[in-house]
Amino acid sequence: MSEPLIPIVGVITDVRIDTPDVKTFRVVTVDGKKAFEHKPGQCAMLSIPGIGEAMFSITSSPTNTEFMEFSIKKCGCVTEWLHSAEVGQQITIRGPYGNAFPVDTAFKGKDLLFVAGGIGLAPLRSVINYVRHYKDQYGKIDVVYGSRSKEDLVDYNEIIEEWQNDPQVSVHLTIDREQEGWDGHVGFVPNYVKELNFTTDKTVVLCGPPIMIKFTLEGLKSLGFSQTQIFTTMELKMKCGIGKCGRCNIGSKYVCKDGPVFRMDQLSELPDEY
Amino acid sequence: MQKITRESLIQKGVELLENGTVDRILGWGKGEFGYDITPTVFYDKESFSKNFEFSSFCGANFSKYLLKETRKGGKILVFIKPCDSYSFNQLLTEHRFDKDKVYVVGISCEGMADVNKIKQKYGEIASVKEDENGITISTLYDGDKTILLDEVLLERCKVCKGKECVYFDEFIGEVKENNPQDRFEKVSALEKMSADERFAFWQNELSRCIRCNACRDVCPACTCEKCVFDNPNSGVENKAISDSFEEKMFHIIRAFHVAGRCTDCGECSRVCPQGIPLHLLNRKFIKDINGFYGEYQAGKEIGSRAPLVNYKKDDLEPSEAVKREEE
Amino acid sequence: MKKCSKENIYKVFNALSSDYSVYVPVKEENRTFYKKYFDGVVLAENFKTDRSAKDFFFPQSEDLMKFKTQGKSIEIIDEREESEDFIIFGVPACDEASLRILDRVFLAEPVDTYYQNKREHGVIITTACSRPEASCFCSTFDIDMARPQGDIRTYKIGDYFYFEGLTDKGNKVLDKVNALLEDVDQGEVEKEIENIQKVKEKLPLKDLSVKDFGADKTQEFFDRKEWAELSNACLGCGTCTFVCPTCQCYDIKDFNTGKGVQRYRCWDSCMYSDFTKMAHGNSRNSQMERFRQRFMHKLVYFPTNNDGVFSCVGCGRCVSKCPISMNIVKVIKTLSKGGENE
Repeated sequence: MSEPLIPIVGVITDVRIDTPDVKTFRVVTVDGKKAFEHKPGQCAMLSIPGIGEAMFSITSSPTNTEFMEFSIKKCGCVTEWLHSAEVGQQITIRGPYGNAFPVDTAFKGKDLLFVAGGIGLAPLRSVINYVRHYKDQYGKIDVVYGSRSKEDLVDYNEIIEEWQNDPQVSVHLTIDREQEGWDGHVGFVPNYVKELNFTTDKTVVLCGPPIMIKFTLEGLKSLGFSQTQIFTTMELKMKCGIGKCGRCNIGSKYVCKDGPVFRMDQLSELPDEY
Repeated sequence: MQKITRESLIQKGVELLENGTVDRILGWGKGEFGYDITPTVFYDKESFSKNFEFSSFCGANFSKYLLKETRKGGKILVFIKPCDSYSFNQLLTEHRFDKDKVYVVGISCEGMADVNKIKQKYGEIASVKEDENGITISTLYDGDKTILLDEVLLERCKVCKGKECVYFDEFIGEVKENNPQDRFEKVSALEKMSADERFAFWQNELSRCIRCNACRDVCPACTCEKCVFDNPNSGVENKAISDSFEEKMFHIIRAFHVAGRCTDCGECSRVCPQGIPLHLLNRKFIKDINGFYGEYQAGKEIGSRAPLVNYKKDDLEPSEAVKREEE
Repeated sequence: MKKCSKENIYKVFNALSSDYSVYVPVKEENRTFYKKYFDGVVLAENFKTDRSAKDFFFPQSEDLMKFKTQGKSIEIIDEREESEDFIIFGVPACDEASLRILDRVFLAEPVDTYYQNKREHGVIITTACSRPEASCFCSTFDIDMARPQGDIRTYKIGDYFYFEGLTDKGNKVLDKVNALLEDVDQGEVEKEIENIQKVKEKLPLKDLSVKDFGADKTQEFFDRKEWAELSNACLGCGTCTFVCPTCQCYDIKDFNTGKGVQRYRCWDSCMYSDFTKMAHGNSRNSQMERFRQRFMHKLVYFPTNNDGVFSCVGCGRCVSKCPISMNIVKVIKTLSKGGENE
């Protein structure tokens, strides 16, 4: 009888330093396979025995058949421990958890606008690469991504080398303050979104720090976007991942089970407790 | 001096609200059955007159609530019983709140009733009433009974440490003679046990602990901003027994941490949902401190230095203390 | 319908003990709790235990798995074992109902096998309540203390216990002790049920109503200003959650035993300050929010996700155990729109 709380063993096969506090870990099973199939936007529970478990969004696209990747920012015990891990280190993994971005329904045939700040790009990378893979089924892709500095842009190499060379994708990068060697846009994400003056026929996916989300929503509203066009992904404290341990709820919805992806109008009907 | 009643306290509270001495009152709020009192902050005289309760079931010690209440604006009236006033003083000694934000009405107390004792003795109670003749309980299955407070006193009231408030802005009520029992009787009995017997006693008691933390959360001496047992970075944060010894650690560490500061208010044992006599751990420390360093009552005087944190040249040498303990 | 005398009930327990661990309510030093039956154990007069039967299925602390680590490698050791067969005797209607509420959580996909294992091996013998407590309000949730559910239902009437098998599992147990039981008609039991109906009328909380609460009422209750006053004195302890037969929130923790890592789960409480605390934030920072969560969960969120079923059974334990006597009854009365609960 399989037990959802019992994980399997995974191996870290690659560690990439993305920013001063973000690393991306490549994980496979002990026999070198992908741990499980997932949909874009879903999460997995990673753990180091003795330190504890923590939930992370799966950064790699489901279309990657060989491995999973997790871009992880150092901020608690588990992440701190992971940041000190080397290639070959075993960890435990269970999942996938939660719902996914509606790539087969609401996103189908649409122009997509992704807006991310800082580590907020991690949960979106999965879906961006997914729609790039099935490009015929989606329209034009815009990515607005900002960070404190150039060094804090997660997955910078992939953005420059792959996304910017993809004719379907327009990338709009911004950093908070002027910096030597940066000739791109400078300023906060919400303002940049307004400046770019997007047409309201797009479906929007939003992820980043709460303050960025708040002001970006206001910006999108002023451009004429409605809440039903905007999706986001949430993070609350989780322990079980299966809607039973009782802590990640927003009202009657559990982020681990009913989320993490919410449409903005659905989220706004829930209590403001996140 | 008059015997205090619900009415006299309401009169006092309304007077202090009306003359602007205070802008709110921390008092006992009415419950469903008469004995289930909830500490309540009243903001106006109407709700205060309607929902304030005073009876022999007002055991709850309000001192700790003042930490939270004094961080708000204005001035709060609090009713303090003699034994609560020791906790109040101890908190002032530890600089835990600003006494200028509190107006204390000390009230005399003839002891408080233990509702669990009444239930054990008389069965289920639908309601209680109280007058000069005693406490009248309406039982569910056995009609009405009038009982005497003395037979159902809370354990801590049987060993009352004094009928006089050690802190107040004004005092109402009458101070009666006090004939407490020896509060160290049970501690002495435990001391006389062999180590194995004592271990078995505590194992039996503490094995029932459900780690609800009610003892800690109600304790006026437990006022750390972040308890070590709630702090994941402490390495000892555990909500449950990882092995049988862990559980004892929680209570023993807690007893050590409040040693010398515990006023013996007895709230820990009163609130324990599992009926564990936790106060005995604290009383053992109090008895030892008294024996080793001379009588000391935490909270009796504001600013007093507890023997454990106050070195004196003629202090008992630790080796001597150990020797005495062995005898 | 079968019956046996009060003396013979011990013979029944004895006979069942060869196939099952039999747990019965006993009273020692003012405490009523389930004790594993052996010769000489005496039943309590009143079967309502201080802690509910939840503890058998969802214990305070429970090992989940072990890890052995060596260098960079990890071995996961699944230590699950088939549960023993056991019987819990004398469970009141409310506590049995609470298990069906827990089922909605733990047996929903994906199934929690630790709970399922014990649930499958446990036989629940309920007993009708002829002497409910003043704090009881099970009828608020349409639970009938006179007709408890479970695998076997019993009545304690005069010098006899009356048995009625309700499930195959229960009938199998009754078959094993058939020789100790005699057939009777329903007459005595019908009278007892009538008696209990009269007793119910005496209960102080008999008119408590939750008609204002239920599924999809989040917006109606979430921002009510009364939460602040209701929660003001809350100590933030876990007493209500731990004595509650339907509270089932848990934490998962690792404990380094020196020989490996034991991952266990233990009860957790939404009343605790670290329940929702993450490295970079907390979704419920104040005690008001945590207090509100507990009652919103029982009265609104749970019904929203579970066909209108409330996650309270009116057992009254929180009513009698809360250090400050704040409880779901006071919350229901305060937040109800008036009328029935006034």
